[in-house]
Amino acid sequence: MEEIKLMKGNEAFAHAAVRSGCDGYFGYPITPQSEVMETLQELKPWEETGMVVLQAESEVSAINMVYAGAACGKKVMTSSSSPGVSLKQEGISYIAAAELPCLILNVMRGGPGLGTIQPSQADYFQSVKGGGHGDYHMIVLAPSTVQEMADFVDLGYELAFKYRNPVLMLSDGVIGQMMEKVVLPPYKPRRSMEEVIAQCPWATTGKVGRDHNIITSLALESEVMEATNIRLQAKYREIEENEVRFEEYMLDDADYVFVAFGSSARICKQAVEYARAEGIKVGVLRPITLFPFPTKKIQELATRVKGFMSIEMSAGQMVEDVRLAVNGSKPVGFYGRQGGIIPSAEEALEALKTQIIK
Amino acid sequence: MKKEIIIAGFGGQGVLSMGKILAYAGLMQGKEVTWMPAYGPEQRGGTANVTVILSDDPIASPLLQKYDIVVVLNQPSMDKFESRVKPGGILIFDPNGMTREPERKDINVYRIPATDTAAALGQAKTFNMFVLGGLLKVDPVVELDKVMLGLKKSLPERHHKLLPANEAAMLKGGEIIEKL
Amino acid sequence: MTKQDIIKPENLVYGKTKVLTDNIMHYCPGCSHGVIHKLIAEVIEEMGIQEKTIGIAPVGCSVFAYNYFDIDMQEAAHGRAPALATAVKRLMPDKVVFTYQGDGDLAAIGTAETIHACNRGENIVIFFVNNGIYGMTGGQMAPTTLEGMKTATCPYGRNTDMYGFPLRISDLLKEIDGTCYVTRQSVHKTASIVRAKKAIRKAFQNSIDGKGTSVVEFVSHCNTNWKMTPVQSNAWMEEHMFAKYPLGDLKDTPKKRFDEINHL
Repeated sequence: MEEIKLMKGNEAFAHAAVRSGCDGYFGYPITPQSEVMETLQELKPWEETGMVVLQAESEVSAINMVYAGAACGKKVMTSSSSPGVSLKQEGISYIAAAELPCLILNVMRGGPGLGTIQPSQADYFQSVKGGGHGDYHMIVLAPSTVQEMADFVDLGYELAFKYRNPVLMLSDGVIGQMMEKVVLPPYKPRRSMEEVIAQCPWATTGKVGRDHNIITSLALESEVMEATNIRLQAKYREIEENEVRFEEYMLDDADYVFVAFGSSARICKQAVEYARAEGIKVGVLRPITLFPFPTKKIQELATRVKGFMSIEMSAGQMVEDVRLAVNGSKPVGFYGRQGGIIPSAEEALEALKTQIIK
Repeated sequence: MKKEIIIAGFGGQGVLSMGKILAYAGLMQGKEVTWMPAYGPEQRGGTANVTVILSDDPIASPLLQKYDIVVVLNQPSMDKFESRVKPGGILIFDPNGMTREPERKDINVYRIPATDTAAALGQAKTFNMFVLGGLLKVDPVVELDKVMLGLKKSLPERHHKLLPANEAAMLKGGEIIEKL
Repeated sequence: MTKQDIIKPENLVYGKTKVLTDNIMHYCPGCSHGVIHKLIAEVIEEMGIQEKTIGIAPVGCSVFAYNYFDIDMQEAAHGRAPALATAVKRLMPDKVVFTYQGDGDLAAIGTAETIHACNRGENIVIFFVNNGIYGMTGGQMAPTTLEGMKTATCPYGRNTDMYGFPLRISDLLKEIDGTCYVTRQSVHKTASIVRAKKAIRKAFQNSIDGKGTSVVEFVSHCNTNWKMTPVQSNAWMEEHMFAKYPLGDLKDTPKKRFDEINHL
């Protein structure tokens, strides 16, 4: 029988990492995600699976270790929280440009600046629009339960290697610090060196019986660089075509739609319960992938509902993508709290009533 | 069944671990559970609280405005959370260090002199188990044997010799809680 | 004697190592990067480690090192090469891993990565080419620029009151417990080339033996940005650079293993 555990999102992520056959974790402590590295250290996976766990001297160093590990075709990861993820942006741009697969976890806290250690979702723009320099995208997964903190590790690696692209898990202090029931995924063995070479013939695994492999993001000739960019963009369009994921919650008969991800989606589900008790037909569209964004699903909903309400722990970031999708055909409202304050279900419902239902 | 509980007090009073034991016990009983701490640097001395939800169905929001059961262990927590007990709900407080009693009349208020009792019995470290015992007496949200299982789960093995003292504290807590 | 007679294999007196590609190097005439590349490549060939050596190129003049070494290579973000090398070595401990970095990369923007890779005693080799200037970006002041030396960003000479002092980073690295071998070499004369090659070999052997981090500094020049001929540059280097950065071994002691230390 599968074993049900009670653990924090951060802990579940760490357990799932070991079980996913991960080769290496490189991180730096920052609240509210330090349990990830602490749990990995307690698990001592280097004794069981041979997984490397290394505390780097900075987030900058950690992401560059991830770059190098990914360049070797290894399953590598890092985790951090907002200010630390800002430090990683240069490395992420290089990883995206060199088309390297890896997993990055951001357990968001409130900003800007050093900000607060309390939960936030204000890194949406940074996560889905770029963050580092140049035209690139990460695949962004937004867990909303502790179970998904575990499950998205495997999913993340699957997508990362399928597209040779960095995958970001965009979580927040609620999901990271909350304890819930979780069924941990089964153990997968780490790939052997032969399997790594077979799966990643491009990786720097040693020049044996082939030309030397080079991992770089440098192209001084503009024509070459443009061609690289065109290839990357084609990949992003392919990802948009194939990898959109979302959860529909009570949308079948809905007149109004909350659009929310992560912990905000949990709050919106609570708001739906309150709203339906009052006879208001509301549902939730929870984007699971923030890039690619469920634009088509929102367009389809816009043909049959009366309005949308984006609920976020930010000053209003994802709402811009909702508006782009709806394209003026239906009203789109926004309600958010900032600085580590979590919007309540009551506030979300009240905002829907005042802004959209009127 | 769905029970929405918040436990609030000073850091160091065992607020988070009390919530954890409840959550583990809920898990053992096959419930859906969430345990959400107000986390922060104030591990000792500051204020701490934890929201625990036990439910037969999947839990939407792990954070709430109103609660079925509110346990307050210091005055700032009473000031903050008294108004957030659902009408007809339960408020449990320890009078130690409090400057006033709860004022609401539309809720069930219980007093548990856990600090004083624990001190008198030389059991200050199991203070939070007195409170938990009191809570379970007035609303058995989880079964006592599941609590002991939960406690075993949340205590490191080197502390398992303390289990009997904790159980005794819990039973005593059920005796000393009184309705106002 | 015909041309065919002359090029018979038995008449071969010198051949280019197979660990260098046939790509034409972009380095300026007179630059020592070419010599240092050649020495490293020759040692890799002689030690028979071409298939298991992974190199990390920096940002700077040697950014294209990966085009010249016929081994698997990664191009690092500016200063991060020791972090990359750390991960490669940790994830594939049977590989021989080196970084190739300039003074700006290693001793300015990458100081943290350099010091901490050394402090962890990573079993990697750091090749450090110190020419006292930023070459690729056009001759700006480096942390290693000498007092009074003129560069594009200190056109009146490096004023130490304003810009601080030339950083003898290898002297700093030798103090770190994780380094096993720190040496300062040059490649401007035949004898110095022979010594430098020995140092390179020793550094790679240390890595294979797990003795700790080896740092081989090459005190070099940049005739283009120093605005001298290569011959003048060599003379100026001997007179001024060697005074600040004296050649020779700074450290040759294996790092201590955990079980050799009285710890808690």
